[in-house]
Amino acid sequence: MTCIETIQAYAFRSLGFGENLLPRTDFNLCQQFTLIGSGLIWNIYFGVLALSLGFFLATALALAKASPRAAFRKPAEWFIFVFRGSPLFIQFFLAYSALVMLPRGGIDIFGLHIATSWLTSAWAGAAIVLFLNTSAYAAEIFHGALQSIPKGDLEAAEAYGLSGWSKFRRIQWPTMLRLAWPAYTNEAIFLFHATTLVFFSGFPAFQQRGDALYYANYFADKTFNPFVPYPIVAFYFILLTFALIGLFGLVNRRLNRHLPSNTRSKIRLRPQLIR
Amino acid sequence: MFSFCADPKSLEGFSWLVCYLTSGKHIDFYWSFLTVLILLAVTAPSALAFGFGGAMAARSPIAPLRWFGKTYTAMVRGVPDIVFFLFFVIALDQGIEWMKHQVVCPDWDQPIRQGLEFRVCPEAKVPLGSSAQIWHQLYGFALAVFTFAIVFGAFAANVLYGAMNAVPRAQLETAESYGMSQGQVFRRILVPQMWTYALPGLSNLWMILIKATPLLFLLGVKDIVYWARELGSAKTQAYAYPHPDWRLWYFLFLLVVYLCMTRISEIVLSRLTRRLSHGQATAAGEAMRRAAQ
Repeated sequence: MTCIETIQAYAFRSLGFGENLLPRTDFNLCQQFTLIGSGLIWNIYFGVLALSLGFFLATALALAKASPRAAFRKPAEWFIFVFRGSPLFIQFFLAYSALVMLPRGGIDIFGLHIATSWLTSAWAGAAIVLFLNTSAYAAEIFHGALQSIPKGDLEAAEAYGLSGWSKFRRIQWPTMLRLAWPAYTNEAIFLFHATTLVFFSGFPAFQQRGDALYYANYFADKTFNPFVPYPIVAFYFILLTFALIGLFGLVNRRLNRHLPSNTRSKIRLRPQLIR
Repeated sequence: MFSFCADPKSLEGFSWLVCYLTSGKHIDFYWSFLTVLILLAVTAPSALAFGFGGAMAARSPIAPLRWFGKTYTAMVRGVPDIVFFLFFVIALDQGIEWMKHQVVCPDWDQPIRQGLEFRVCPEAKVPLGSSAQIWHQLYGFALAVFTFAIVFGAFAANVLYGAMNAVPRAQLETAESYGMSQGQVFRRILVPQMWTYALPGLSNLWMILIKATPLLFLLGVKDIVYWARELGSAKTQAYAYPHPDWRLWYFLFLLVVYLCMTRISEIVLSRLTRRLSHGQATAAGEAMRRAAQ
């Protein structure tokens, strides 16, 4: 098999297209690069889905946590504490074993039939856990930013007659995003790193359709040689990290465009490891 | 454990629960919490030591040592940590066996990498194939601890390097003008002062370390996650205590345990922060001075 043929056979293997059997003997670099890269599609899927949905829940949670009313504040505080205070690994296990317990045939509520079996597969179940998890982390970041909006900005907004929703939309929300953006970039990067946990905790890989680390682990197990597949995963993730920093940097430029260049906030990569 | 537990099938209600929760496997489950605590107790100081070494290397005036320190601290950024965990355990295992192989069987003529297999002579296996099960477990645990220490050491090095740079330059210059040598400045001025700057980063790292302990399960150690899965899975009538799939409750219990651990750490660390900012030229220290007046 030439390398082009390998790419044709395995480039979308993680989605179930192409060759059905994974390579078993005569492993070469091309196969490893292709399959691990194919698995990366799942990492990107989980990361993008969780981040884009989590952004809105995080904003809502941050506002609820900053609310003077206990009825809003307390649930938000508990949500954030539970998801930030416990390992993501355990959250995956817990979610999977809870979702498995749902009746197989679906639930009937008032004659309405709701199917539940799709929830136990990784594409839905793990995505939900990641979505809730990143919402909690991002909500804490947004809450911190909301608290550090300069007092003068808010007073100026009120002096111009802005209040309520228009004050929030024009002043508070943009300023919150601008202040939170460097930390939020880090959160995004580490969320992508956390997606590698999906197929190692609870959620089974259906028909060997796994993520990048799943295939790397497959090769390491088959060849007893960790020195090739894991550096390949590392290589792909470093590329992904750079892409994210570039993308979030563009947004950061836009958020800071009204400021003189010396007061703009810069994005710095801070280590945060496992959640 | 109790005498009335001799015949589990005849028990009901509360006494069944008591007997169930004190069965031999559950006692193993409770002991595995100790495994996690030992891991934390051993890893935290060794990671701190690795980090201290890394930060010192990164500040070193000798260029190769400095490059080594910088590479070490930069290593874990950008790559998912779990990759390191999976990688280091196999790499260390093979490295140790390879070195022992070179020493123990110098006249072994077959290649070590035979196609897909990593094969050293039987005397070079670590631990030996004939040794007791407990040694295999201990070896696996030691590898896991070492891996944790390397990875977390890199993060601690990052934090400590930043903290060493955050100590006001004037302090060090004053010490130098009093005639202290570089070593004395480092020991007497820099190291005692840096902790207040390092503490926020280190306490963050401690939280992360707590939350990383379930990864022991991936490294093949029989930790709490292993036992929770083992005990929670559905048991047929062939077992002494048959029950349906209870993994949800076991994981819920683990979740609560972890939440308690992080909460207690939060409280302790905030007290420690207060203590360390006492008398420091930082915003927190200034606020404490004002409050005391």
